[in-house]
Amino acid sequence: MVTVGGLYYSKDHEWVKVDGKKALIGITDYAQNALGEIVYVELPDMGTEYKAGDVFCVIESVKAAADSFTPVSGKVVEVNEELEDSPQLLNEGPYDNWIVAIEMDDSSELENLMDEQAYKMFCEKEE
Amino acid sequence: MRGYNKLIFELSKEGRNAFSLPENDVGRTPLEDMLPAHLLTKEEVELPEVSEVDVVRHYTLLSKKNYGLDTGFYPLGSCTMKYNPKINEDMSSLDCFANLHPYQPEDTVQGALALMYDLDYMLSEISGMSRVSLQPAAGAHGEMVGLMIIKAYHKKRGDNKRTKIIVPDSAHGTNPASAAMVGFDIIEIKSTKDGAVDMEDLKAALSDEVAGLMLTNPSTLGLFEKNIKEIADLVHEAGGLLYYDGANMNAIMGISRPGDMGFDVIHYNLHKTFSTPHGGGGPGAGPVGVKEHLVEFLPVPMIEKSGDRYFLDYDKPYSIGKIKSFYGHFGVMVRAYTYILAMGAEGLKDASRKAVLNANYMMARLKEYYKLPIDEICQHEFVLGGLKDGTDEVTTLDIAKRLIDYGYHPPTIYFPLIVHEAIMVEPTETESRETLDEFIDAMIRIAEEAKENPQVLKEAPHNTPVRRIDEVLAARKPVLKWQND
Amino acid sequence: MHRYIPNTDADAKAMLDVIGIKSMDQLFQGIPDDLILKRALKLDSGISELEIERKMKELGKKNRSTDDLVCFLGAGAYDHYIPSIIKHLAKRSEFYTAYTPYQPEISQGTLQAIFEYQTMICNLTGMDVSNASLYDGATACAEAAIMAVDSTRRNTVLVSETMHPETRQVLKSYMHSREINIAEIPMADGVTDPEMLKKLIDADSAAVIVQSPNFFGIVEDLTEIEKITHGNRSLLVSSVDPISLAILKKPAEYGVDIAVGDAQVLGNNLNYGGPYIGFMAATSKLMRKMPGRMVGQSLDVDGRRAFVLTLQAREQHIRRYKATSNICSNQSLNALIASIYMVTMGKKGLREVALQITEKAYYAAGRLTAGGKYKLAFDQPFFREFALIGPKDADLINRELLANNILGGYNLNKEYGIENGVLLCVTEKRTKQEIDQLTDLMEVI
Repeated sequence: MVTVGGLYYSKDHEWVKVDGKKALIGITDYAQNALGEIVYVELPDMGTEYKAGDVFCVIESVKAAADSFTPVSGKVVEVNEELEDSPQLLNEGPYDNWIVAIEMDDSSELENLMDEQAYKMFCEKEE
Repeated sequence: MRGYNKLIFELSKEGRNAFSLPENDVGRTPLEDMLPAHLLTKEEVELPEVSEVDVVRHYTLLSKKNYGLDTGFYPLGSCTMKYNPKINEDMSSLDCFANLHPYQPEDTVQGALALMYDLDYMLSEISGMSRVSLQPAAGAHGEMVGLMIIKAYHKKRGDNKRTKIIVPDSAHGTNPASAAMVGFDIIEIKSTKDGAVDMEDLKAALSDEVAGLMLTNPSTLGLFEKNIKEIADLVHEAGGLLYYDGANMNAIMGISRPGDMGFDVIHYNLHKTFSTPHGGGGPGAGPVGVKEHLVEFLPVPMIEKSGDRYFLDYDKPYSIGKIKSFYGHFGVMVRAYTYILAMGAEGLKDASRKAVLNANYMMARLKEYYKLPIDEICQHEFVLGGLKDGTDEVTTLDIAKRLIDYGYHPPTIYFPLIVHEAIMVEPTETESRETLDEFIDAMIRIAEEAKENPQVLKEAPHNTPVRRIDEVLAARKPVLKWQND
Repeated sequence: MHRYIPNTDADAKAMLDVIGIKSMDQLFQGIPDDLILKRALKLDSGISELEIERKMKELGKKNRSTDDLVCFLGAGAYDHYIPSIIKHLAKRSEFYTAYTPYQPEISQGTLQAIFEYQTMICNLTGMDVSNASLYDGATACAEAAIMAVDSTRRNTVLVSETMHPETRQVLKSYMHSREINIAEIPMADGVTDPEMLKKLIDADSAAVIVQSPNFFGIVEDLTEIEKITHGNRSLLVSSVDPISLAILKKPAEYGVDIAVGDAQVLGNNLNYGGPYIGFMAATSKLMRKMPGRMVGQSLDVDGRRAFVLTLQAREQHIRRYKATSNICSNQSLNALIASIYMVTMGKKGLREVALQITEKAYYAAGRLTAGGKYKLAFDQPFFREFALIGPKDADLINRELLANNILGGYNLNKEYGIENGVLLCVTEKRTKQEIDQLTDLMEVI
């Protein structure tokens, strides 16, 4: 399982990369591996407002569909439209391909998330 | 014609035709003289142009790429793939049943109404319910209707807080989906290791917000729910109702009745328990039976009898209304009715007894070679958990695909979700011991192959019209229709 | 021994030995004793084939079929010509005794037939995608309403008064239980009234649902309705008749978002109301919101074209309570029949059927109104069916007709309060002689 330093991680296997007020959100290597070959990513609409813990995206493989939860509250300011035609990017490079960018309402929510080390240990327990 | 791989559109050639219609004897009128031009299409409909022989060969060759019950053994767990008697087909094709218009005057369809009235009685007697609506089109549709009835019951009592349905995690996916369809929230409760309801989890889930509990009994693991009476009491005491998913009814006909177990609502699958064909995915029929206190909520119309005369009764103020056009899948009802006539009380009971016998026999012989998570007497089906001393390399999917090479339809796989690498086997009563033995021998041979030559399993099936299909490609780049390019 | 149950008592005994138990009753030891039924089911004993046939034919004698009667009754179920080859092909047991094609390697017959069905439904409607079929036209309409609610995140559907009454009733049952609001768009002169639609439509309207040809057989012009609907960012759902689409403007030509309907007319018997087959086709934008099965094309490991159930993550067996619908089956065998019908009729045949229906219906309406005793209830263009107003209640007229072996029309007083109104249906099966006889009889009643 691959992890990357400098990111925040959630218990639902999303990662957050902070860029000022903007949070880029994707799924972890652990998540893409559990899902298998991803065939479709249902992206949110621009401008949608979410509270932390809301479902912002559904990721489908052939035999499964998984909800992704946003770890931070805020408004969708960018979506990665490349995923519409190439959902496999989430398999090929889970940390290179974010799903949405959210303008955070409250950056203190990041404190509820894990760092790389803590996430690694969390995943070991999950196994 | 071996390896036939054409689409009907690829046979099309301008000027050919397969249709035959008489000359129009009222004479021809230009279309625009009847219908204004702005209502007419500008495009021709793209349908193939082929001759009658083309049509016959095309579909005959397609049929040969199918595996049906008449081709061989079909041990699909939870699907009850029993033999579909031919007389059923004959009876449903009789002109006097097949060519009736649903709005004919009641006096001209007394035979059809009588059949439906009798079938209502027969199904009620088999399950211990008061009345049955034959209207639902399929099992999932029956579930939806049953839940609508539960909702209507609480609503009539002014008990509007009841917005939740309890569903065990071992249930068929349709259960939660049907509850959602009717606007219920779902509380999923755990099952014990042997697939039974976890009583502590159930107690914790019950409240005055619970509308009911959906249960399959025997469970999807093929075991009878021992605590069913206690479960029924708990749910009823909490003000909820009990819903019986009839998927596994083939285990209990004439042996035990859902009505006596405490269930309030049930749906039947005529295409499982009552031998009507699956048709490659439909049409089925999913009648819904209820106890006396719920009869007033059944869909309209009900078939009633006054003296010697049968009639359609729409006068039911508390009915949930209509849930399908007309009266349901009448053609399927004729088949199920014919089947019940052929079996009779003793025959149905013997069917359930032999179905359970067959399942236990297979389980006893297979457990030496395959993992058996629950080793006790099962009902009409049992669940294996992959190869007994298998590695991760050979999966349940590989075993299933290899069975195809041996000429069998594979069992249900990866269900129920609570068993790892599940292989769910339901032989039904219509298979002989010899057929079971041959299948078991194939399963044993496959277990040996898994050790000797796992690759042969990984690459199976080998001799089918097509081999394993790229499902990822199909889902990533959906091609859902043929396009001329 | 019953003919459907091969294992004898001797077999059973040998099998019990392998299981390691002594009696059949032990198989049921897991059932609490007080739940074991201690009596026989109160059903008759099983009977032989000969007896079954006798009994069923006895019952059948109490029915009068459209083979005995000349059928002018429609209203959602139609007496069309069914080509002979349909029963021969659809009765191939490799088709009808197969399960859902979850094992694609041994189900290519069913899968390819559905793929071809989806293609032809798209061609008929002009829409981008079709599913593998739904229970019937009415439930397909309800599923379309739910689809519209889910994809617009609004909670009201508007349905035209000219929609089949049974379909409206089914819609109501589905919507009520889901707490979706439903309102009816009143009609004016037999068609959906655009002015009323303008008044009713608002920010909560998810869908506008119309039928054409509508319940009265009237071909509705959806041009203005489409403008109003899409101007409000609602979805337009149109219920259509597949045979009529050989000549009438297709849903796609009007800009419809979801086209639904019943395909009983495509080769399926009347069957006293079922099984029929609902179809649904939509724009590609709505593909992943569609309920029910879909078949897609792919390749097998050897690179051969192959068909497989796809986009399954929408469905109940994967997404459980978040599925687009609870439906698991399709009307596979009825879809096969519809396909064989469409292929047999082909491009020219389907158009010929549609033309003959129109010509015969217009001929009948002309003859029936010529005497002045009957007049058309609405001055509108129609297909296959037309509403008449006569001197007497339709039930009275129908009784007379029945005495002459004619199945008369649908009484419009029941659902629409049109006094002495009757809806007559003329398919390509009706001959000039039959229509003339109907006219003569109705003239003297």
